[in-house]
Amino acid sequence: MSLKEEFELLRRVPIFAEIEPSKLKLLAFMSERIGFDPGKRLVQQGDSADAAYLIIDGHAEVVLETAAGPVVVATLGANETVGEMGILGDVPRNATVRAKDRLIVLRISKDPFMRMVREFPNMAVSIMRELAQRLDATNHQLSAALAEVKRLRDQAGIAA
Amino acid sequence: MKAIAVKGVSALLSTAEEALRPARYWLGFAPWRHKAAAPAPARKPKPEAEDPSALEPTLYRFILRHSLGAQIFLLVLTLISFPFLYYSLLLPKTITDGAIKGGKQFPLHILGFELDQISYLMVLCAAFLGLVFINGGFKYYINTYKGRLGERMLRRFRYQLYQRMLLFPLSYFHKNSSAQIIPMITVECEQLGGFIGDSFVTPLSNGGQLLTNIFFMFMQDWILGLAAVALYPVQGYLIPKLQFKVNQLARRRVRTIRQVADRVQESATGIADIQANDNARLQLSGFAHLLGTIYDIRFESYQRKFFVKFLNNFLGQLTPFFFFSIGGYLVLINKLSVGALAAVLLSQRELASPWNELLGFYQIFQTSKITYEQIVEQFQPAGMMDARLQLEEPGVVTPLTGELVVANLSLAEDGGSRILDGITFSVPLEAHVAVIGQGGSGKNELALVLARLTRPTSGRILIGGMDLAALPTAVTGRRIGYAGAAPYLFAGTLRDNLLLGLRHRPIRPAEYDPGSDKRRSSQIYEARRSGNIDFDLHADWLDYESAGVADKAGLSARITEVLARLDFDEVVYTLGLRWRLDPEAQSEAAARLLEARRTLARRLSEDGIANLVETYDADRFNLNASVAENLLFGTPIGPAFDFEALADNTYVLQVLTKVGLIDDLVEVGKQVAETMIELFADLPADHEFFEQFSFISATDLPEFVAILGRIGADGTRALSRADRTKLLSLPFKLIPARHRLDVLDQTMQDRLLEARKVFRADLPAEAQSQIEFFDAERYNAAASVQDNILFGKIAYGEADAPVRVPSAVAEVVDELSLRQTIIEVGLEYNVGTGGSRLSFAERQKAGIAREVLKRPDLLILNEATSALDGQGQSRVTKGLKDEFAGRGIIWVLHRANLAKDFDRVLVLSNGKLEEQGAPSELDGNGSLMSLLIAAE
Repeated sequence: MSLKEEFELLRRVPIFAEIEPSKLKLLAFMSERIGFDPGKRLVQQGDSADAAYLIIDGHAEVVLETAAGPVVVATLGANETVGEMGILGDVPRNATVRAKDRLIVLRISKDPFMRMVREFPNMAVSIMRELAQRLDATNHQLSAALAEVKRLRDQAGIAA
Repeated sequence: MKAIAVKGVSALLSTAEEALRPARYWLGFAPWRHKAAAPAPARKPKPEAEDPSALEPTLYRFILRHSLGAQIFLLVLTLISFPFLYYSLLLPKTITDGAIKGGKQFPLHILGFELDQISYLMVLCAAFLGLVFINGGFKYYINTYKGRLGERMLRRFRYQLYQRMLLFPLSYFHKNSSAQIIPMITVECEQLGGFIGDSFVTPLSNGGQLLTNIFFMFMQDWILGLAAVALYPVQGYLIPKLQFKVNQLARRRVRTIRQVADRVQESATGIADIQANDNARLQLSGFAHLLGTIYDIRFESYQRKFFVKFLNNFLGQLTPFFFFSIGGYLVLINKLSVGALAAVLLSQRELASPWNELLGFYQIFQTSKITYEQIVEQFQPAGMMDARLQLEEPGVVTPLTGELVVANLSLAEDGGSRILDGITFSVPLEAHVAVIGQGGSGKNELALVLARLTRPTSGRILIGGMDLAALPTAVTGRRIGYAGAAPYLFAGTLRDNLLLGLRHRPIRPAEYDPGSDKRRSSQIYEARRSGNIDFDLHADWLDYESAGVADKAGLSARITEVLARLDFDEVVYTLGLRWRLDPEAQSEAAARLLEARRTLARRLSEDGIANLVETYDADRFNLNASVAENLLFGTPIGPAFDFEALADNTYVLQVLTKVGLIDDLVEVGKQVAETMIELFADLPADHEFFEQFSFISATDLPEFVAILGRIGADGTRALSRADRTKLLSLPFKLIPARHRLDVLDQTMQDRLLEARKVFRADLPAEAQSQIEFFDAERYNAAASVQDNILFGKIAYGEADAPVRVPSAVAEVVDELSLRQTIIEVGLEYNVGTGGSRLSFAERQKAGIAREVLKRPDLLILNEATSALDGQGQSRVTKGLKDEFAGRGIIWVLHRANLAKDFDRVLVLSNGKLEEQGAPSELDGNGSLMSLLIAAE
């Protein structure tokens, strides 16, 4: 795997699509390619966010540590990014991410990433679009979940 | 007067003895002085002895006091040399008149020998040659003697200055910079050495010559004699007057040059702030202004100095003018014979030479005098410690016990405002006392005063009834420990810094073989001749007894114990991993580290993580190592094969040419340069990414752009040698696994392996010592301990590697009980100037460890842990309180809430002691202590 291939991968990710090639290459150069064995954690819920990850190969599980125990909320595959929310919001990691199988990622540190966001408004717009879509999806999920809760409660109410 | 005469004679005798010493030595006599100078006898404290560091107020008193005998000896020698000189001047006339012109009756009868004209000529010529030898010999001996005398006096003077500097109060260096002192001790006093040798001989011999000539003139004709000296009073009056101005200018010039030194140092220290504030123009203007001042002073001084010369010449020529005019007139009216006038004119010319010598001497004397007085003036600051306190060596240093009583202690600033105001308290010496207060409360100064580093303006400190002010440093510096917030670490090993408090005086003499023993004796002899200390720098100064151990091994164990107490052992262990071990000196440790190498390899493969370390293999290209490391397959020793300069190395180029790789590597360099320019060209030059990520620094980038621009149709082959070297330097830094530039394919790697083999096979014998090749069975002296254990590179791109490899190393180290060995290596770590290679917190810990090791009865800490985080702070506090159970601690805390664990708390505010007592008594409502804690 070389810089050129990583650059091609980055280009296919929507939020990086609009960055000019030389800058994207610089981002790839400044990033680290890291392999994780199955079960190893990329990100620990509650830790401060210092990097975003682009999955090159393999799968990662997003795990929420809840009072009732860990819950897998999503599985991500190649060309998907994880962890950029923490960097943007400067908030602690809201979930744990671990390798599901042998996982290869590109680790993009906070500094170069934020620099790109600041320098390329288009990148910020792409991120906003991506976030809006995620929010929309989350809203759908939430309303579905609320409806489900209501239905269950009603059932329980009838039963009671 | 009589006393001086007696002193002078005895000094003269000893000087004569001294002067003959080399002669006696050559003649095979026993050098009797050497015996007396053998090992340093035990010194008895003599409190009534005069201050050894005292400076004489004037230059001539300094010269008289320390070199009277030598000066008299020189003078006598010069006088003895005069007749020979006189005869050698006379002899040519005798030869021409007597022997050649034959103005005598031959044969001559001399001492019973009969001489004809030719043999007479030969005898005279032989005598002439003999006199040339004798005069030359006198000159040689006198000049050497003068030189040596000057150098000894200079040595004494410099030593006194440095000794005094060590006695300066700390406050001196708050107000003055060391930049002023350095030139005084180094350059400014240099000229004194030359002057001292001439200080008596030149004025007396020239003065004598002058007087003799004047005397002869008066004998010839007293009127003309009077005329010849008539202007001397005028010159004697005018010249000093004019010279006085020159002297004042010289004084001002020296002061201004000191300001220059000051300014240079300040700018160097504050360079970051000057650059950060775009302040360079102001600094430059200030500097230019200073230089302008010096120019003005120098110019005026030249004008005046050469005017003195001019005036002197003019007045000197005025006398012949009168001789010609008045004498000529007298001759013409037949009142004076032509012969008498000619004779007087001749001797008048004889006067000019010694007179001019005297004038020159006078001017040099004046500048030397000013130099001396200006230096001495600077070395008399108020509040200096008494040198006797610093050097006195009591036979036994008894531990301090009893009560620490502080009575009415005050410390005032120069302006009179009180930093400490009437502090009175008493605590048992073994109590653990916390001192708290706001910044500016005087708590830091209290610590300095209690450690006797600052002298109080008034009040007393008694320890077990003894007055702290009267105790020699031998007691205060060994029985009281002091660590401040910014302890100074000296350039050198960490161990030497930790043992600073155990080296007060030579304890065990060094062993010398007969040859160097003689050299050492003469070193001692010379040191004493110049009033220097004669302790042997190469003796063993380590005081094991003070550290409470019996020997070297005991001390090592004790150091480790103290490091652990201060939670510092892990840091030193890490330093040890990064540092180097000398396998020659510690063959056993090296063998065990090799064992660790094998154990680690086994463990990594057992755990299935062997891929985390890419081991060095002579037949494989290491993707996690740079191309330079792959080519050399070893660690460079010294600068010859420095990785940064490989592209310039003739041998490397020769190897690459031999395997036909050089053009291809230049091509790779071109590709790397292209990529770097593409990636980094748009970034501002000062961007941090350059430093972190780029192969090419921001300043070099334009040059590479230019080089790429010069590549024409013929490719890189047509480039100049310098351009090709530049390009070639890039691939050497390339680490394929890390940089992923994809410029080294498999074929290229194979060819680099071939180059590796050629490099090793062809390496000339004289270069063998410049590189230590990787060898699985050998300890690599040039590489760090960690690299020796790993024997490979931690793999890039494996998430676990940065954590699991070091922890595997740590496990192996523990398994083989190597931790102690590695800590020992860490103690040899070079901390850099001012300890700059350690972090601030590490320096603070080293500063405390140094005090703990000397086992003081009282440890004074002045915000000594301010750089530690909360956890480190509490560990160190606990460690120190355990260590000092039964011994005292006075701890000026940077945070008031740390005071709760102490026996006693003193609360200072505005220089006054406002509260004191147990923490439980003070921590009540509304107390100053509770307010201080609440404010944090």
